[in-house]
Amino acid sequence: MSMLDRKLLRDLWAMKGQALAIALVIGAGVATFVMSLSTLESLSSTLDAYYQRYRFAHVFASMKRAPNSLGERIVEIPGVAQTSLRIVEDVTLDVEGMIEPAVGRLISIPERPQGEPNALHLRRGRYIEPGRAGEVLVNEAFAEAHGFEPGDHVVAVINGRKQRLTIVGVALSPEYIIQLAGGSLLPDDRRFGVFWMAYPQLAAAFDMEGAFNNVALTLMHGASEPEVIERLDDLLDPYGGLGAYGRRDHLSHQYISDEIRQLRGMGMIAPAIFLSVATFLLNMVVSRVISLQREQIAALKAFGYRRWEVGLHYLKLVAAITLIGVALGVVAGSLLGRNLTEMYTTFYRFPLFSFHLDAGVAVLAVVVSVGAALLGTMTAVRRAVRLPPAEAMRPEPPAQYRPTFIERSGLGGFMPQTARMILRQLERSPLKSSLSSLGMALSVAVLILGSFSLDSIEYIMEFQFNLSQRYDLSLAFVEAAPGRVLHDVEHLPGVIDCEPFRSTPCRFRHGHHERRVAIMGLAPDSRLFRLLDREERQVEVPPEGLMLSEKLAELLHVTVGDLITVEVLEGQRPVRDVRVTALVAEFGGTNAYMNIDALRRLLREGDTASGVFLTVDADKLEALHGQIKESPRVAGVTVKTAALQSFRDTIAENLLRMRLFNIMFAGVIAFGVVYNSARISLSERSRELATLRVIGFTRGEISAILLGELAVLTVAAVPLGLVLGYLFGWLVTLGLDTEVYRIPLVINASTYAFAATVVMVAAFVSGLIVRERLDHLDLVAVLKSKE
Amino acid sequence: MKSETPEPGVAAAETSRTAVFEARGITKVYHIGEIDVHALRGVDMDLFQGELMVLLGPSGSGKSTLLNILGGLDVPSSGTVHYLDHDLTAYDDAALTQYRREHVGFIFQFYNLIPSLTARENVALITEIARQPMDPAEALDLVGLGDRMNHFPSQLSGGEQQRVAIARAVAKRPDVLLCDEPTGALDVKTGILVLEAIERANRELGTTTAVITHNAVIAKMADRVVSLSGGMVSHEERNASRLPAHELEW
Repeated sequence: MSMLDRKLLRDLWAMKGQALAIALVIGAGVATFVMSLSTLESLSSTLDAYYQRYRFAHVFASMKRAPNSLGERIVEIPGVAQTSLRIVEDVTLDVEGMIEPAVGRLISIPERPQGEPNALHLRRGRYIEPGRAGEVLVNEAFAEAHGFEPGDHVVAVINGRKQRLTIVGVALSPEYIIQLAGGSLLPDDRRFGVFWMAYPQLAAAFDMEGAFNNVALTLMHGASEPEVIERLDDLLDPYGGLGAYGRRDHLSHQYISDEIRQLRGMGMIAPAIFLSVATFLLNMVVSRVISLQREQIAALKAFGYRRWEVGLHYLKLVAAITLIGVALGVVAGSLLGRNLTEMYTTFYRFPLFSFHLDAGVAVLAVVVSVGAALLGTMTAVRRAVRLPPAEAMRPEPPAQYRPTFIERSGLGGFMPQTARMILRQLERSPLKSSLSSLGMALSVAVLILGSFSLDSIEYIMEFQFNLSQRYDLSLAFVEAAPGRVLHDVEHLPGVIDCEPFRSTPCRFRHGHHERRVAIMGLAPDSRLFRLLDREERQVEVPPEGLMLSEKLAELLHVTVGDLITVEVLEGQRPVRDVRVTALVAEFGGTNAYMNIDALRRLLREGDTASGVFLTVDADKLEALHGQIKESPRVAGVTVKTAALQSFRDTIAENLLRMRLFNIMFAGVIAFGVVYNSARISLSERSRELATLRVIGFTRGEISAILLGELAVLTVAAVPLGLVLGYLFGWLVTLGLDTEVYRIPLVINASTYAFAATVVMVAAFVSGLIVRERLDHLDLVAVLKSKE
Repeated sequence: MKSETPEPGVAAAETSRTAVFEARGITKVYHIGEIDVHALRGVDMDLFQGELMVLLGPSGSGKSTLLNILGGLDVPSSGTVHYLDHDLTAYDDAALTQYRREHVGFIFQFYNLIPSLTARENVALITEIARQPMDPAEALDLVGLGDRMNHFPSQLSGGEQQRVAIARAVAKRPDVLLCDEPTGALDVKTGILVLEAIERANRELGTTTAVITHNAVIAKMADRVVSLSGGMVSHEERNASRLPAHELEW
């Protein structure tokens, strides 16, 4: 090892506290980066593998009823690899221990699996046996929500008749990774479950022998999905086809791929913050090292060390600190990433687990961190490189001070000398002071960034479930029912208020933009389902025209006043141009609304309803649910509070975990900034402070001078941090804007207070650590040494 | 080059001497704020092969500036400096660095050792980039510090630190040794030890040596004494004989 490298190692050891503080900040950034990206990569590849192995279909379509012979013509569509002709029916379930009914989705499977799309993965129990009546496989999420094991039973109302189903196995399907009932925003595994049943039995129960009402197909490599969809629609049209769609519009796939994509946002913004703080700290520390080693640099140059050799020496110091941080970060990040991948794998119930740290991610972390660090310390190092040796031989001239602004303004008379020293020091190096303050402000911002999602989600809940959807229950009918059903519903026990809705699947076209959505027809003066704008004001449902969620309008590239071609996918399948009359704020899904009468006219039907919204008397729920369970007409019930609760439970744990990481990381930044600033001040001013001690100042008094400066910087940092936190939050919401969810930027006062408190506490603790050092200042040694 | 050196340590006759340095009309002006400081105001000076020259002058006389210019640490505002047949004034930074690396050994008033390296490592720091250096241990033996090689600067006295600095300077076998107030920060006894080490390097290795001092006593150990005052050469004299360093007293 060359002597210069040896010097490097010893210098590094001498400044180990500071080096470690910086390495930790870098490490925190790299850890977030590696954790997010490796989790993202691992989940994407796990999902791909899952889809591949279990032949997740590429195209899906439902219809009223088609003969099985149509299957042969479907296979003949160019590009189609495999097809699965199925019967899919939603039924009401009477589950023991639940007063309200649950919805079961029955899907037919062949009596013997033949390698068709959407293969099942059997977790427990066995596959159905041919010829045995009432045997079903149940989706694991539903089974776990109820504690079902093979051998247990559920009662289903199938085609108006109660039938006891025997669970023989617990299974997973790539098609229902997330079990979302049509039209609901949140998965609710207690109230919606998927069951698989032998085709002959399901066909018999629904009078569908020799027919199917749903098809899933995989495509050959290189096949054109739009073309297949078009041809499939042509084939299915005569049979009441509801419009084929690809994975993009598949609920479970959309939900999960959106969530994976959100990791990317987190993987970019937070590391950028950490890295910029670390770069600033490095710059500060390296500048100080270089000015302390001024005379050493002069000696090196005097003896013929070249400029670049001196520069390289200091760049190596920067690189060493950075690489320690990167190494810590890569290790921590891959551990956290593994942990997070495991969490997601369990959460999504993937039948396979794979975590791999992509070498590219690690290399990228190294390149970006080292690059940023070197770039950030370039000016300081250049100073060392350019330092003329003859000049460097002489000690640095004394720092220049002058009366501060406050003193110049005449207020100085009231200030004690120590306050003067603090202010002059701050004002002398305004750039350094403001960057220190900015560093701490960034840690405030990181905390806000980590915590605000909870506020936003609470707001979404409030907005969606209290302000907008004011009903307690929504009932969906098996088929559109005549309006008079409303009177029957009104007389159910406990019903306070009741409003019909009509919902129909459609395809929207605008230019070459196309989306498959459901139009929801609402009563013009709807009380139970209120459409709101951004300011939470109710948007009246106009007599004519479409109201789109802002996201859908964006996807279709339309605004108010534009015409959209609406292709209804049921009944007489009318195609009409409809004008967009209003946009509504919504945080979930891509939805379209119409006046219920306008929709009925569009459908060319009379007084019909797809379901009803209800407000009910909580005391009479049991009686109400009892009756609903018996009703053959009701296909499903959504209980709003229940859905809400299960959603809260799901996300609370994940968010708390992330919040803990963020507190840790923000603490690291605050500590890094405070500790380094204090150590540098101490090194610059130890002579001055020791002199003060000799004159008779107490330890407390000189600590006040040194730490007072940091206290001022911390106090200045807080408001700036709150503003930055808001801005970063805004950036994140942009990144999280997906088709399934939009996150509004909502930050509660308590979140701001929390962030400010954590950082002030971290600053205080760091100050105590430095004070410990100050207390041990060796007065004689400091004063004797040559400045 | 060293083979040309006549008899090391002995003042050569004026006629046979080779001038290692030839400085002509050197001026140096520093601009400090709004004030111009004239550090050198037209200095002519030679330094001859193998001789030990003392540059005498009070502080502010310009002697450090002159030494820095000879050593390639600084460039004059006007005038020319030749090192053998090289015109140092025509050199850029890289060429000056190369010149220092190959030919010059420096000794500074405040030693300028690297505190994080031991005595031996401080010497090795320089021998690593030299062409035909001594072994660092050998250089430290030369200054009488063979037994303190593994001490850090903080564990050495001022005199010992300065001797490490001398070992560091001579270990590369420089052609010229330039010493800037080498005893300035030391007491008499230690100062003499340091001067002995410099004397030894000059005698035994034949290194052309220039020592800056404000201490007139030290001038007695020189072959030749050049006095500077106010940025100009005020006096120049040749000692009839050199007084050994250990006989100096102040």
